[in-house]
Amino acid sequence: MSQSSSPDAAASPAAIVQRGSFELTLRRFAADKAGMLALGFIVLLVAFALGAGLIETWTGHSPVDQFRDTGLTPTGLPVGPGAEFLFGTDQLGRDVLVRLAYGARTSLVIGLVASLCASCIGITIGLIAGYVGGWTDVILGRAMDLVMSIPVLLCTLALVSVFGPSIMLSVAVIVFFSWTTIGRVIRGQVLSLREREFVQASRSLGAGPLSIMVVDILPNLTVPIIVYTTMMIPAGIVFEATLSFLGLGIVPPAPSWGGMLAEAAANSIYLVAWWLILIPGSVLLFTTLAFNILGDALRDALDPASRRRSRHNKSKGRQRKRGKEGRS
Amino acid sequence: MIRFLASRLAFAAAVLLALSAFVFLLFFVAPGDPARLLTGEKATEAQVAQVRANLGLDRPIHEQYLTFLGRTMKGDLGFSYRNQQPVTRLIANRMPATISLGIGAILLWVGIGIPIGIMSARHPGSLRDRLGQGFILVGISFPTFVLGMASLYFLYFLPRQLGFTLFPGGGYKSFLSNPWIWAWHMVLPWTTLALASAAIYARLTRGEMLAVMGEDYIRTARAKGLSERKVVYKHGLRGILTPLTTQLGADIAAVLGGAIVTEQVYGLQGLGSLAVQAVGNQDRPIIIGVVLLAGLFIVVANIVVDLLYVLLDPRVR
Amino acid sequence: MAILEARNLNIALPTGDGMVHAARDVSFSVQPGEMFGIAGESGSGKSVLAQAILGLLPTAEVEGEIWFEGKNLLALGSRELQQLRGARIAMISQDPLSCLHPFYTIGSQITEAIHTHRRVGRAVARREAIDVLKRVGITSAAERFDHFPHQFSGGMRQRVMIAMAVVLNPALLIADEPTTALDVTVQAQIIKLLDDMRRELGTAVMMITHDLGLLSSVADHVMVMYAGNRMELGPAQAVLADPAHPYTVGLLASSPSNHEPGSELTPIIGQPPSLLARPDSCTFAPRCARVMPACRSRRPAERVFADGSRSLCWLEAKASALPVTRPAQQVAGRRDAVEHEDAVVRVRDIHLAFSSGGLLRPRQRTEVLKGISLELRRGRTLGIVGESGCGKSTLARVIAGLIPASSGTVEVQGKDISRLNPAEWHELRKTVQVVFQDPFGSLNPRRRVGSIIGDPFRIHRVAHGVARRQRVQALMEKVGLNPEHYNRFPSEFSGGQRQRIGIARALALNPSLIIYDEPVSALDVSIQAQVLNLIRSLQAELGLTYLFISHDLSVVRHVSDEIAVMNAGRIVELGDAEQVYSAPVHPYTQTLLAAARPLPSGASPRVGSEEMREGAT
Repeated sequence: MSQSSSPDAAASPAAIVQRGSFELTLRRFAADKAGMLALGFIVLLVAFALGAGLIETWTGHSPVDQFRDTGLTPTGLPVGPGAEFLFGTDQLGRDVLVRLAYGARTSLVIGLVASLCASCIGITIGLIAGYVGGWTDVILGRAMDLVMSIPVLLCTLALVSVFGPSIMLSVAVIVFFSWTTIGRVIRGQVLSLREREFVQASRSLGAGPLSIMVVDILPNLTVPIIVYTTMMIPAGIVFEATLSFLGLGIVPPAPSWGGMLAEAAANSIYLVAWWLILIPGSVLLFTTLAFNILGDALRDALDPASRRRSRHNKSKGRQRKRGKEGRS
Repeated sequence: MIRFLASRLAFAAAVLLALSAFVFLLFFVAPGDPARLLTGEKATEAQVAQVRANLGLDRPIHEQYLTFLGRTMKGDLGFSYRNQQPVTRLIANRMPATISLGIGAILLWVGIGIPIGIMSARHPGSLRDRLGQGFILVGISFPTFVLGMASLYFLYFLPRQLGFTLFPGGGYKSFLSNPWIWAWHMVLPWTTLALASAAIYARLTRGEMLAVMGEDYIRTARAKGLSERKVVYKHGLRGILTPLTTQLGADIAAVLGGAIVTEQVYGLQGLGSLAVQAVGNQDRPIIIGVVLLAGLFIVVANIVVDLLYVLLDPRVR
Repeated sequence: MAILEARNLNIALPTGDGMVHAARDVSFSVQPGEMFGIAGESGSGKSVLAQAILGLLPTAEVEGEIWFEGKNLLALGSRELQQLRGARIAMISQDPLSCLHPFYTIGSQITEAIHTHRRVGRAVARREAIDVLKRVGITSAAERFDHFPHQFSGGMRQRVMIAMAVVLNPALLIADEPTTALDVTVQAQIIKLLDDMRRELGTAVMMITHDLGLLSSVADHVMVMYAGNRMELGPAQAVLADPAHPYTVGLLASSPSNHEPGSELTPIIGQPPSLLARPDSCTFAPRCARVMPACRSRRPAERVFADGSRSLCWLEAKASALPVTRPAQQVAGRRDAVEHEDAVVRVRDIHLAFSSGGLLRPRQRTEVLKGISLELRRGRTLGIVGESGCGKSTLARVIAGLIPASSGTVEVQGKDISRLNPAEWHELRKTVQVVFQDPFGSLNPRRRVGSIIGDPFRIHRVAHGVARRQRVQALMEKVGLNPEHYNRFPSEFSGGQRQRIGIARALALNPSLIIYDEPVSALDVSIQAQVLNLIRSLQAELGLTYLFISHDLSVVRHVSDEIAVMNAGRIVELGDAEQVYSAPVHPYTQTLLAAARPLPSGASPRVGSEEMREGAT
């Protein structure tokens, strides 16, 4: 900013710091303690899931092995946390720690795959509905409304009763019912972006619809895409766990968090073996909490204005488009 | 106005039609022969064929669908495969528990969520705001069934081990016989079901309130000399009523899903547990009935919300 | 005895970037019943000042004293302030739609003010509200009492705001940019209403505006603010006709209405400073035409002149009395010499109607353009002027080929644009370029300036790699941007610079026609002048043809050879720029001109002619 040939730039505003926006985002994120903590937890969780096999060999317990002599008390009750079983055993004498690690795999993969698929679908449909407009928008918008007004869990019950529980079905159901959230957000954003003058400028230069959607509009959607995709992961994990809890998700004996909790709930065994609910329950809770905190932290870091906007957006009133009296 | 209502009704009809087609196709076309399910494993081919003819399953699909639709419209949801009782009666028996659960939870989450959101938004960045945001995060992240099991463990089982009864361990008691017992049995289910929605409501209220408090008309209200209480609770709250109402419509759909889990955890004999049991028993007419009823409920609730919206916002009148 | 007296006011607002010093050592006093004008560009701190008086800035740090009716407002508790607000000090602000609660009737919003401060029955309050609505010119007030804000037009809403403000007969009315969001003709009515109200009720009015010209006819005293500093304060006549501070002189000189059309404007160079710093020098020094060494090292002391005006400047004499030291840039002569006969654009009887509605509601046709014909010859500028909603921007889009007309023809360089095949249409996009109004909205915030300016090359596959970058940098240089900045994002540029980026993009493919759609209306006067000068000098240099659209008659007149005045989808007057301006024929043009109200005759020629003389030598 030192030398400049432009009269406008003669007085360089001191406020502008020469730093890439990516670096700024990283700095803001790093300053967010809760966000960093959440990220740390997620990294640990991923390591835990990836290392499930290692844990298995280290403890010598397979996730489905039932240790009837060491893993159950003489009266047939599960054994609490101790040296042999770090997190205790369940009602069949299986190692909770190992099952938890393998369950983490299932949960993370389902959450990740489902939310990625859902956001791809949501982005595409939202982009098309918002940009093309007209009847396309009416039909796609109505389709989103339709999906949103379906009682999700009940329909899943119906599907499961016909096709039987499976991972594929769980993922498909999560994707089918969650793309609408991001689809709606994207559509709304595109609707307003489409009217922005830079899009009209591109159009007046002769850019085609695809070029405008990809080059002009998509880069402006990175913040909602990242934030909403992050927030969909915990929703997917919880949904899968809920299905398994109701006995409609992962088929036992394959380990899953929801299934572990369901087994703990059956016959109220968890009332005498607290670790059966508190350990998987809190891991599940902390996982969703971590992803939600991460989503919030990402939003704050990527779009710092969203925090302040409410307080300072009015000062630039005169810069807004004149003449249009309606609130747009 | 009438046109608006007509378009909403048309959409509601479309939703119901789509839903009925979905369940119909699922159960009558998908694998698994209903006639075989109904007659049981040991029945002979002839018996199965007889049942198939009785049910009209040998006719073309669209004809079957129309018959199904016609019967459903008349309120005839068929009979349970399991115990041959009319589905409508089974559903009616389970209604009180679910209705008690749903209405109580809605009142609770609105009553908790909105004040927390307002408290958070009034002093952004303050300790109270951070507490509010903490509540929002935890509430949104807490899976319903984990919360339910944890509540049972900490609020029912542990006190009982220590020798006193804080809350009952579950089950539904009729409101008519003793409202106090009824309420006492419902407190934990209500809280369990309401927490997530309360958090969503608090987040929405906070966001909308922050935006509204930055509006020029709030400044006008202050410039008029109104007290801060009036500014917030009259002008501010009035400004956010419309988005809150819209959210309520979406949440009513969520309450049914949550009710399934909550009923399961607390052993409430409601529609949700009926549906779950029906899935276990492959009792398809019950599932169809519950899904259609839920659809009808959601659609009606949405129309009510739309009407409220029109009432609340003079600009769309 | 002053009704309001501010002494050494310092206001600092905490923001994410640090403390913003919105006011520094500002003192002024308002006499009972007078119209006190505060003028300044955006970021000058004038609105913050108004809100600080009412105590509406809870987070701000305010030092100093504000005396009102014997009380120091800054020392009052919130309860006591509440009692003053609305009752003794009222406020109206810029956007009358967002300032009224959308969900309450206007009547209830007015009676609410009454009930807050007085114990009266509902019927009495209602009667008073209807009375005051009548007084501000709302017809059938009793009926409209129960209407909602969205059922009123912009001007009417501002009348309602005024009614709400004066209903309790306050001693002071703060009007913060009360007419900025309104059309020129409505603006004049609102200013007149405010003036009438203060004469009738004896209410002092503090009028805050970015438009010095607005104050000339009505204000008694004027205060000019810049970057939180009170640059000049004095009787309106003295400040506007014989300004003491170089900044005031510069502001007046930047306004096209004070200039001979076609002459070079005298902009204030550079950008307003950041308010984060509190320099121990004159804040205006970096942009000042008469800067002296002392200005850069010490904060100037206040200087009082014989006519009562005070100026925060080291100059010993009034700035307006001194000769212009900075050589005015070369004046581009009228371009009659480069007259061509071939028409770049020929528009014949264009109609455009939108139909709304759909499946369930009856179709409604709204006619936006009702038979427009015009012709634009090469190398000339046609200005289109009109109020909001008159269809001028739509016309621009039709001519650019972005919206198809319902009937009629648009020929660009002899070709009817409605009959083009896709390839030809693509080609047309090179010929016609558009520069948009909003410099914040017309550049993609997520893309670098180099790729924004290079977009025409990318889309039309003209130049690649290094060649493209060189051409982009050449363009940046041409519009006065530092070519080294091609790798930056739009947010790192100021409003004026962004508009330069937009112009550079438009120039990229050597278009035959550039359409400017309100290119300067979002910019402050001093920056506006810089951009207008650039637009004009580019035309002289490259022989460009312009279609220039604006709501501001003086801006249009300044750049155009011909002017078309539009109203409700029709061109009501079309002719030579000077002729339309000096001898308007159509009544609508006359209203528009009267409303635009140039500075009183004493003020403008003095500045303008001085510049002209300098330019001629």
